Amino acid sequence: MRKIRSIITFISISTIGFLYLPLAAMAFFSFNRSKYGFTWEGFTLNWYIKLFENQAIIEAALNTIVLAVVSTIISTIIGSALAIGMQKFPWSFKTEKSLNMMLYLPVAIPDIILAAAIVIIFGILRGVSSIFDPGLLNMIIGHITFQIAFVALVVKSRLASLNSEIEEAARDLFASRFYILRRITLPLLTPGIAAGAMLAFTLSLDDFVISFFMAGPKSTTLPIYIFGAARRGITPQIHAISTIILLITVVSVIAAGRLTVKKNRKRWRITKNFVHL
Amino acid sequence: MSKIIVWYGEIISEKSLLKRGVAFIAPGILWLMLFLIIPSVLLAIASFAGRGEYGELVWEFGFENYKRLAGFSLFGWTGDYLIILWRSLITAFFITLLSVILSYPLAFFIASRSPKKRYIWLTILIIPFWTNMVIRTYAWFIILAPDLPFAKLAAFLKLIPNGSPLYPGAFAVYLGMISIFLPFVALPLYSSVEKLNWELVEAARDLYASKTRIFMQAILPQTLPGLSIGIILTFVPAIGTFVTPDMLGGAKYMLVGNLIANQFGASRDWAFGAAISMGLSLLTLGSLYFYTVKAKKK
Repeated sequence: MRKIRSIITFISISTIGFLYLPLAAMAFFSFNRSKYGFTWEGFTLNWYIKLFENQAIIEAALNTIVLAVVSTIISTIIGSALAIGMQKFPWSFKTEKSLNMMLYLPVAIPDIILAAAIVIIFGILRGVSSIFDPGLLNMIIGHITFQIAFVALVVKSRLASLNSEIEEAARDLFASRFYILRRITLPLLTPGIAAGAMLAFTLSLDDFVISFFMAGPKSTTLPIYIFGAARRGITPQIHAISTIILLITVVSVIAAGRLTVKKNRKRWRITKNFVHL
Repeated sequence: MSKIIVWYGEIISEKSLLKRGVAFIAPGILWLMLFLIIPSVLLAIASFAGRGEYGELVWEFGFENYKRLAGFSLFGWTGDYLIILWRSLITAFFITLLSVILSYPLAFFIASRSPKKRYIWLTILIIPFWTNMVIRTYAWFIILAPDLPFAKLAAFLKLIPNGSPLYPGAFAVYLGMISIFLPFVALPLYSSVEKLNWELVEAARDLYASKTRIFMQAILPQTLPGLSIGIILTFVPAIGTFVTPDMLGGAKYMLVGNLIANQFGASRDWAFGAAISMGLSLLTLGSLYFYTVKAKKK
């Protein structure tokens, strides 16, 4: 038994090392003075300073943030309403089944197919209006489409775990429908909606394929920029911007964990939300 | 006359209740109809369309694209596209399998820590999970670079010429893809392992079950829910993946995702791209169906 335990520990630590070694090497060489190759020539922050002089990178960072924020806000509103509507009304079995299928579609097919499908509909809509030319608007629409499904699934699972007694009690005390929604359902649902919004936001930041298929010349995001730059060759400057993004990810994961720990006094909620997707 | 029902303490006719429900779901349904369902139908239709002068769609229908996908062309038959589809399926299968094999020890390792340490280990596992795929693939360029020990070792063993990196190629694609998809299996699997009923394992041991048997009959069935989610979460994106094979595989290890991206990018042949997408959807849904049927039998 002891032997098994030490084998498990060894494999686990190696696996974690395998996940982190490339990232650590990338961060390490982003401080290297040498511009070419991988021989250590001394510590420098030069590559980080130069990032702020690079107009293309600043623009890409702004696009990434605008895309993530706008798509998250819209998809959270539409997705939460969809979840409440699906869960709180007596739909027939058939309606419910087809609604559910619609939500699971973006989860069950590879994102490249969704991207291809949206490219085609925009190609057709372009004949109607030039606002459907490749660009930020198309990317926002594409992101909202898969985000809605994920937000609705998260909020729905939260709704299913709430019990309806409080709402019934409020009803018995002659509270109006709107009052119940505003003062009872939504506050109880806030952690679920927040988790859904957080997921939507990270999915947008993580996305490459949808953006890549829909990006115009002026709507480059950071992942698209890095992807393109890496094709031309790897440089310490790309290490630096990637390391910054990695750092932001680390901070947000830890912050998200802390936040939910404090709010819910249940250390596991946040990890459970991650895990149950 | 519509039926009168009691709904969350309210007496209301079913009809007016559903009317209110429609108001909630209408924006979402409209959106998904417009940008998910209709585009998917159009994709299916476009796969039968033709290619215009600039690669745009021409609405003349035929089976040309599917014939081409099956390998028939003016110059006779080649299996190139079918090989790429088959390779994608096999790659997704092995990536999923290897991720599962590595995830089991990891899930048990984390679950056996004290609650506080467990939280730290989970955070460590979630960070790569939430890091952008392009960045995580990019990081492999550095670790596999010619000046670093791994490439030097491979050169010393005469596996690669001296001074060249360990990419592009199948090896680099596998490394990159496993590192990306492993947390997709490990996290759901952990949520099942955490809830494991150890009494069953103890009972199996008391009855002198072998180690393999303990795993197969006392542990595996209990972790099946998390494992299933993990397998689907890995297999579906892995079979259509495009970033990692493009960056780390190049022309040497082409997968169906790259083929589709090419049709919408450099090659500009949307109709053929739509046909390959249909092939990929069929492959994915077919595999999921096969998997659920198999899982149900067990």
